[in-house]
Amino acid sequence: MTTKVNHPTEEDLVLFFYGEAADQDATTAHVEACDECQALLRGLKAMFDAVDAHPVPDRGPGYGAEVWARVQQRLEQEPARTWLSWFVPRRLALAAGVAVLVVAAFVAGRLSQSPAAPTQARADRPANVEQAAAAPVRERILLVAVGDHLERSQIVLVELMNSPVGSKMDISGSQEWARDLVPANRLFRQTAVETGERGVADVLDALERVLVEIANSPSRLSSAEFERIRSRIEEQGIVFKIRVLDSQVREREQRVASRPARVQS
Amino acid sequence: MDGTDAAVVAQVRGGDSNAFRLLVDRHSRTIFRLAYRMVGNEQDADDVVQETFFKAYRQLDRFEARANFGTWLYRIGVNCALDLLRQRPRRAQRPDPEGPEEPADPDPSPSPERLAFSAEVQSKVASALRDLSAAERAAFLLRHFEGQSIEDIGQMLGLRTSATKHTVFRAVQKMRRALKGMVERGNGVGSNYGSSNRAMTVL
Repeated sequence: MTTKVNHPTEEDLVLFFYGEAADQDATTAHVEACDECQALLRGLKAMFDAVDAHPVPDRGPGYGAEVWARVQQRLEQEPARTWLSWFVPRRLALAAGVAVLVVAAFVAGRLSQSPAAPTQARADRPANVEQAAAAPVRERILLVAVGDHLERSQIVLVELMNSPVGSKMDISGSQEWARDLVPANRLFRQTAVETGERGVADVLDALERVLVEIANSPSRLSSAEFERIRSRIEEQGIVFKIRVLDSQVREREQRVASRPARVQS
Repeated sequence: MDGTDAAVVAQVRGGDSNAFRLLVDRHSRTIFRLAYRMVGNEQDADDVVQETFFKAYRQLDRFEARANFGTWLYRIGVNCALDLLRQRPRRAQRPDPEGPEEPADPDPSPSPERLAFSAEVQSKVASALRDLSAAERAAFLLRHFEGQSIEDIGQMLGLRTSATKHTVFRAVQKMRRALKGMVERGNGVGSNYGSSNRAMTVL
């Protein structure tokens, strides 16, 4: 009976070389016993040896001081902000900060309303009445924050989708927005998961992936790279999903706003 | 004074802008090495380094204290290098006019043939790196020279882990094909470059 040997793929061996194989120990055991894989690894090593010898000019110990001097000079000379970056990062940073406080307050409110034993509930009645009255307010604040976030995200994505395509696309403006939206989105998504809002979490998850991609891309893209991002946004229907979610959030916000305050006796 | 990167960042955020110099001193040569390998010449690499620290200073409020400052800086540096390659492709393709320096040779008195072969190999390596796509080059340099994890590289390049692994592999595969003949000849010339000692104890 012959035994089929399952060799690691070439990709596996490259990752093994870097210590990042899926199962480093199992791959080690295989390689130790396999002449073929050892020969492949020797070939890799020889190539890497040649690459490692590729010289890089040395920058002396004073290099940092030179760089800092040039950076300082530029900071003094360059305009502080463009019109877009002037208000976008501050406004969105503030909004992100508000989102953190709002969500924290909302979650704290929900946790503090966890069901208590009947005798305990009667003893705590004055506090429970106050919390019950405050709950719709907290919920509405959260819904407003989420709605604003979805609206801003729509602006970023729609602007990208509607941009005329040239040979070089400068997306630095959209990137600043995207970078500021990511932390708030992450927080809202995590809150949605914790509160069982699976549908909301899925939409925010898809949105977050796109925002991260925009934020982490180079500021100037080729037309092909730009089209790839646009295609991804289009294929996943993210703009449509955000609009639907946004309108649901607004409806919920209006319902909460019109709800009479509950008072427990 | 606590000298960790996070502590220095906190100092700068607290209003001591000159403290940023400490971060520049610590990381500028590393960023230069990465930039040089990305863009292929010193002048452009210096521009990338300057742009990287300029952007890092401007975006310091976005740096999360729990994150690794070096990794965060790499991401900015890689994107600056990629931006430059797109803006000035011709200049980036042109190697340094003085040519690459001679690589360190363990043989104290290398033969003329060996010296000529060394120069040829390094020219080939430089050419092979240039032929990689920007993403492949960045992923390979970050993994091979800077020892960044696949996960961190993925975050820097906006790629999922599986895509990052594949990008690194594609780069290695292309480098192997480009250097295959040279490496085989080198075994005959008796070259013994570098010290790729990673995970090689099994051989």
